[in-house]
Amino acid sequence: MTNLEIYNVLQKQFGNAIHSMDEPHKLLTIVVSAGAIIPILKYLKEDPLMNYLFLTDLCGVHQPNIVGEELGIIYHLHNLQANRRLRIKTYVSAKSPKIDTVITIWKAANWMERETFDFYGIQFIGHPNLTRILNIEDMNYHPMLKHYPLEDGTRTDKADSYFGR
Amino acid sequence: MSKIIAPTIPQEKEYNILNLGPTHPATHGIFQNVLKMDGEVIIEATPTVGYIHRAFEKLAEHRPYNQITPITDRLNYCSSPINNIGWHLTVEKLIGCQVPKRVDYMRVIIMELARISDHLICNSVLGVDTGALTGFTYVFQLRERIYDIYEEVCGARLTTNIGRIGGFERDFSQKFWEKLEDFLIEFDQVFAEFDALLSRNRIFMDRTIGVGPISALDALGYGFTGPNLRATGVDYDVRVNEPYCSYQEFDFIIPIGKDGDTYDRYCVRQEELRQSISIIKQAITNFPSGDYKADVPEFYLPPKEEVYNKMEALIWHFKIVMGETDIPQGEVYHAVEGGNGELGYYLISDGGRCPSRLHFRRPCFIYYQAYPEMIKGQMLSDAIITMSSLNVIAGELDA
Repeated sequence: MTNLEIYNVLQKQFGNAIHSMDEPHKLLTIVVSAGAIIPILKYLKEDPLMNYLFLTDLCGVHQPNIVGEELGIIYHLHNLQANRRLRIKTYVSAKSPKIDTVITIWKAANWMERETFDFYGIQFIGHPNLTRILNIEDMNYHPMLKHYPLEDGTRTDKADSYFGR
Repeated sequence: MSKIIAPTIPQEKEYNILNLGPTHPATHGIFQNVLKMDGEVIIEATPTVGYIHRAFEKLAEHRPYNQITPITDRLNYCSSPINNIGWHLTVEKLIGCQVPKRVDYMRVIIMELARISDHLICNSVLGVDTGALTGFTYVFQLRERIYDIYEEVCGARLTTNIGRIGGFERDFSQKFWEKLEDFLIEFDQVFAEFDALLSRNRIFMDRTIGVGPISALDALGYGFTGPNLRATGVDYDVRVNEPYCSYQEFDFIIPIGKDGDTYDRYCVRQEELRQSISIIKQAITNFPSGDYKADVPEFYLPPKEEVYNKMEALIWHFKIVMGETDIPQGEVYHAVEGGNGELGYYLISDGGRCPSRLHFRRPCFIYYQAYPEMIKGQMLSDAIITMSSLNVIAGELDA
C-alpha cells in the first residue's frame, strides 16, 4: 500500500474526521480531528490491511501561535510486518485540552499519556491514573508549555541578549 | 485468675507494604517500587519514576543543535555513543546531509562497541543479582577497555559526546586500531569464560527460567523493543527494519527467544554480543577509505588553521559556536537500535536556532510500565532479577 492509498482508505472510512496528509521525510503524516481519535486508531490497529499493531510513541506539542489548535497530540504507529510507519496528529485548544485515552487500544499509552499530561496539561478522558509522572506532584504548572521560561526569571547574572536569545 | 483473651483474627487478609528503593543497592539506579506483599510473594507493585528528571526536552528547546549532543549522553549512560550518533543522524536527516561511507563504518564500530558495553553490564549484573559475582569481575574489565577506546576517539569515557553532525571530529588514530585489536582478542577469551560460568550453569538457569515472563502479544502492547521484545520471539530490530549507517551491508542475525523470561533475555543479549563482535570484525575488514566527515561547513567546525587564515572559515566557526546556523523547517522521526530498544528522536524544527520540539522516545520509559504486571505473583528476589534483566537505565527512564 502506498501512502496515498492509505490516506484514501482512511478518507473513505472516516470522511470529515481526516483533515490532511503530508509526507515529511517519507513518513506519512495524517491530521485527524480529536473527537474521532479512538475509532481511527482502533481501525488502524485492527483492520488486517492497516495492521498498525505497535504504538511507537505518543507525545504532545505546543504551538501557541495557532489559535484554537494550540496543543497537539502526536501518535507514531508502526506496522511491524510490512515495516510501515504512520504519524497521526490531532490538535485541541488550550481552553479545553481534552482527548480520549488510547489505553484501551495500547497499554503502552498509559505512561506516555501521563507524561504528556505532566508536560502540557492535556487531559486524557478515561485514563485510570492521570497524575504527574516525572515532575513533583504539587507542581502547579505544566513546564513544557512555551510561555514557561527555562530558568527562573528573576536571575540577573545571565544576560541572554548578548547571545541573540 | 484472669480470663484468657483469644487473639482476634482480622476479617481481611493483611498485607505488608515494602518500600523497595529509591536507593536500594539491588536496584542499580534510583527506582522506587512500593510492593504489597503476602509473605514473600508480590501482590501488587507501584513504581515511582522521575527521581532524576532533568527536563531534557525543555532544555533542548533552548539549545542550538550541536549543543544537544551532550544532553543525549545522559539518557542511556551505559551506551552513550549510540545516543549521540542517533541524534547526529536525526539532524543529518533534517538537513539532508550525505555522509561518506567511511563515517558510516566508523559509526558502526563505535555503536557496536557501545552495545557490547551495554549488554555486558546488563548480563554480568544479572549474574551478580543471582549471586554469581565472579563473572561480573571478569567482564567489567572489558567495559574498561571499551572506555579506553572511546577515550582514544573523543577524549571522554562515560558521557562521550562522540562525533559531530556530519561525521567525527578526527580520524581514528593508530592507537585506536591497536586498542581495538587488543580488545577483540581479549574479548574472545574473557567472554568465553564468562559464558562458560553462567549460561549453562544449573543454579543460574533454575534461578532465571520462568522468572518475569511476558508473552509476545503483551510485550507488543506494552511497547517493548530491543532485546526484551526479541526475547519474546518477535524479530524486530531497527538495524534490519530501517537500516541506518549502512547496516544493510553487514551480515548478522537477530537472535530471538521464546518465553520472554529472564533467561531468554539473558540469552538474547549473549548472542547479540557475539553478533556485535562479528559486525565490528566485518567493519574492520571492509573499512572504506575516504573522509571522516561530510562536507557541511554550516554544521561542522572548520580546522583551526583555516579559522585563523580564511575569512569564510572564521565566519562558519563563529556561526556554529554562537548557534546561528540556518536550519530548514521540518519534522523528522529517526530511530536507532539503542542498547535496550528503539531509541527514537522526534524533532520539529521551525527554522529557528533551537528545535521547536524534541521528543526522545526512550525505550525503557515505555517498557518499564509492564514491570508491575511482570512481577505480580513472583517472589521479592525475582523482582530484583527481573528488573536487572529488563536493563532499565534510570537516566533514560527519567530523561
